[in-house]
Amino acid sequence: MLLLLQYTLVFASVLLLVALGGCFSEHSGIINLGLEGIMVLGSLGGALVMRFFSGLPAVIMVFAVLLGAIAFGMAYSCLLGVASINFKADQTIVGTAMNMLATAAATVFVKAMNTAANPNDVSSSIQYIEPKKAFLLRFGGFEFNWFMLVAVVGLVVAYIVLYKTKFGLRLMACGEHPQAADSVGINVYKMRWAGVLISGVYGGLGGICYIMVSASEWKFEDGVAGFGFLALAVMIFGQWKPTRIALTALLFGLFRALASVYSGIGFLAALNIPSTVYNMLPYIVSLLVLALTSKNSRAPKAEGIPYDKGQR
Amino acid sequence: MKKNILKNSAVQSLIASLLCIIVGLLIGYIVLLCINPAGAADSILAVIKNFLNSSRANLRVKYLGNTLVKTAPLLMCSLSVLFAYKVGLFNIGAAGQFVVGSCACLIAALGFGWNWLFCLLFAIAVGAVYGAIVGLLKAYCNVNEVISGIMLNWIGLYAANMILTGVKEPTSPYTLHLTSEAPQAILPSLGLEKLFNNNQYVTIAIPLSILLAIVIYVMLEKTKLGYELRATGNNKNAAKYAGMAEKRNIILTLVIAGALAAMGGAFLYLTDYEQWSCSQSSVPGMGFNGIAAAFLGGLNPIGAILSSYFIQHITNGGAYVDLTKYSSQISDLISSIIIYLCGFVLFIKYAINSGIAKREEKQAAKQKTDGVEETGKGGEA
Repeated sequence: MLLLLQYTLVFASVLLLVALGGCFSEHSGIINLGLEGIMVLGSLGGALVMRFFSGLPAVIMVFAVLLGAIAFGMAYSCLLGVASINFKADQTIVGTAMNMLATAAATVFVKAMNTAANPNDVSSSIQYIEPKKAFLLRFGGFEFNWFMLVAVVGLVVAYIVLYKTKFGLRLMACGEHPQAADSVGINVYKMRWAGVLISGVYGGLGGICYIMVSASEWKFEDGVAGFGFLALAVMIFGQWKPTRIALTALLFGLFRALASVYSGIGFLAALNIPSTVYNMLPYIVSLLVLALTSKNSRAPKAEGIPYDKGQR
Repeated sequence: MKKNILKNSAVQSLIASLLCIIVGLLIGYIVLLCINPAGAADSILAVIKNFLNSSRANLRVKYLGNTLVKTAPLLMCSLSVLFAYKVGLFNIGAAGQFVVGSCACLIAALGFGWNWLFCLLFAIAVGAVYGAIVGLLKAYCNVNEVISGIMLNWIGLYAANMILTGVKEPTSPYTLHLTSEAPQAILPSLGLEKLFNNNQYVTIAIPLSILLAIVIYVMLEKTKLGYELRATGNNKNAAKYAGMAEKRNIILTLVIAGALAAMGGAFLYLTDYEQWSCSQSSVPGMGFNGIAAAFLGGLNPIGAILSSYFIQHITNGGAYVDLTKYSSQISDLISSIIIYLCGFVLFIKYAINSGIAKREEKQAAKQKTDGVEETGKGGEA
């Protein structure tokens, strides 16, 4: 049971971080369907740090990996920013392209890197068994993961920034009614850029968190299995509010955790349900949840509509 | 005054698409240069040449056949995406509909022993139902079709793996070969294979997919239903006000889109060109490449025929890069860059139009001043 709690918390951390990223971007008025791609690039950034600086002391290691993930996630989110804010491109197409591009680019890059190091190595994976230990603390049977703390800090920061600062309130104004925001002197383009970049930070953190809690070696061909989209479902169910997002993330984390640990839980193992059903569970649950909650959605009103100064 | 051909929107789409392709290939080339400058030029040429890499003419024809065999399902997926997009829906669920179509036709062929026509119809039916789920959720529960589509992609993948495990080879994760286990389910070729140096995988799927592209074109542009669907896509509320059943139109669109993508799955697996791997952990790329093809083709079914071929051409071409230096995913990279650039198509068209407008304004101004000068001279004389 402790194991179930541990897995629930780590998967909830991933979903919470990524959903908060989506929350910032959508509050500024940009739909970020590229979160999945941002996660892949963020995980690549963190994994590269672990590969090339594996000798660092534990504390520095943790920060270096987080920084690597943030840097890559932010840099990649610029692709969305340029296209959807400056060139007014269709946000759905750009987001989808970013997801495909991220997996392809990460695969090509990691393969090239592995082959350069060893001509016989054509795999697309990076392994990080040793550095991973810096992130774990054992308390009896419970394995604490630094990412749980990162997620909580991320949640508190998101809440304060969105509701208690001038910046956050202005950001949300740009997602609700950009023309009105512009008329009182807020630079909508800058605010939307801020929203997208912050979503890059959170998405990158979520990405590295995801690969580190899932395995000790990551094959970049696999991407992140739709987690970016699960996070969007979490965000919608959380009605774009950080605290509700956190609770939803816990619920979804529980379903995802069941797939990992059901065989260790007596009565679930006894039911003899094939493992595929557990794998499908988070997706089925999110569909049901979306069906029930989307009707009264409180989505930011101007999301997905490119802002054009000339259209008042 | 002569009409500027750049003003034609079809010409603009063509220019925009070619620009996307050229920039996409260029970025691909730069990436290859960064990885290893030595063989980059050869490798990017190899991607572009695809089957022309083989030295013998009869092999070339055979490999062209192989590319076409995979173009047919890709075209179906891209038709599915573009059809939905015309109605204002982004059918990213095409990938999942392709998966359930593949699963349905394989289980019908290997499990139930049906012949090819029933396998194909069964796949279409299952795909239509799968598309309908997205449509119902969108119409009645206001669920974003992109997110529900993605969820259904994963559900479909896991379900297909589970179901097809029943008909897989005992020692491998792959499903049984249709050629040996269910020859009645293989699509007929009607002698087409002779054209491609007896390439056994060439079947009626190829002409059928082109025919369907034309049918979709006619339906969208020339029928009342197509008009209503496009109107719903342009403005849902206006369509509702004009007395069109907008909910029914959304569901119907996704039913058709689902059927098209599922047919794509059947077109691939009923040729026995590939076997389904029951241990695959990611959704097949065919549906996502369909998005690339749909946008690259300027959202026109006839354009989609050409763009699907192009995307498949470079995807197959990826296998010809120097694999000791580069990976074949370079072609995935190029096609995803192309989709990203397709997001800029509107901007490119806008740039062309404003460029023309500026030039015409200048010309008009020049004509005016010329005219003034002439009359001025006339006055002097």
